[in-house]
Amino acid sequence: MSQLIVYGLLLLCLLTAVAIVRLRNLFAAVILMGIYSLVMAMIWTAMQALDVAFTEAAVGAGISTILMIGALVHTGSKEKVREKERRGPHWPSFITVVLTGALLIYGTFDMPALGDPNARVHQGVAAYYKSQESQHRTHAPNTVTAVLASYRGFDTMFETAVIFVAGAGMILLLRREETDDDETPDDEALAGAPPVEGEAAA
Amino acid sequence: MSEQPPLQEPLERLPLAKQPVLRQVTKILIPFVIVFGLYVITHGDYGPGGGFQGGVILAAAYILFALVYGVARARRVIPRKATDVLAAVGVLFYGAVGLVGLFGGGTFLDYDFLGTDPASAQALGMFLVELGVGLTVASVMVTVFTEMVEA
Repeated sequence: MSQLIVYGLLLLCLLTAVAIVRLRNLFAAVILMGIYSLVMAMIWTAMQALDVAFTEAAVGAGISTILMIGALVHTGSKEKVREKERRGPHWPSFITVVLTGALLIYGTFDMPALGDPNARVHQGVAAYYKSQESQHRTHAPNTVTAVLASYRGFDTMFETAVIFVAGAGMILLLRREETDDDETPDDEALAGAPPVEGEAAA
Repeated sequence: MSEQPPLQEPLERLPLAKQPVLRQVTKILIPFVIVFGLYVITHGDYGPGGGFQGGVILAAAYILFALVYGVARARRVIPRKATDVLAAVGVLFYGAVGLVGLFGGGTFLDYDFLGTDPASAQALGMFLVELGVGLTVASVMVTVFTEMVEA
């Protein structure tokens, strides 16, 4: 039953992905990307990967959608159709993409079955992380947090540093120098302006 | 039948900041979102979640406020300088927690030196580290959003 739900959700994911690529209305595409993340979060939940599901829902469906809409304010929400695209696909890239996709699918045949306890990943340190000994060592019932914050604390520290660098890059690229006070006249600039044109159409 | 002219401006034409329902719902919602974000950050070692997810939820509370009331007003609540500093403080705090173990005679990020018994020391270490992550993530998300909107 749970297997069926996962297949159904994966099908939904696939349909959403195709719709995102085909849509010319970028606003609708952004909203569909949020829906894609939400469906993905449901799949993770069905697979009992709650931490991943949580991240997917908060970041993918939440913040990313807002940031994409923020980007749309600057770019406009309608994708132009270029003259080249009217003449059908660009054959060399089409063949490359299909070949790469076929190779990737061929590669999955060698992967262990979903949830196979004898898979390679479950033989190494993972067995220890899930053991009673590990529980005794970190006293964290949530193994994911124990791994992230304790066993792999060094990795997590630099992940945080990466996020910091992303913020710094954003400041360097987009921040305009202003005088001391931020009391710009365009108060409620975002709230007042309709976020995207074509919103009514969508 | 002739169409009657609307008596007043229809509600959906009003800017977000002037819509009464939206304003009140936002006001009621934001405290709960913040508490949930703090819960997710601090409760990461018991349930799903952690510093990253909690930080994003905290930032979402701020972004909700900024969407409804405008970025300029939101920036008066938490100024630009504050998020700039807090983003750096989060990472440095994480590193500082690691240094405690180093100077205590152990290895970097060894939480056992944070307390007397290993159970509470590990719990404290993970809590502090998640706090640092949450601080940085929330500040950076707020920064990314406001910079994008103001640009």
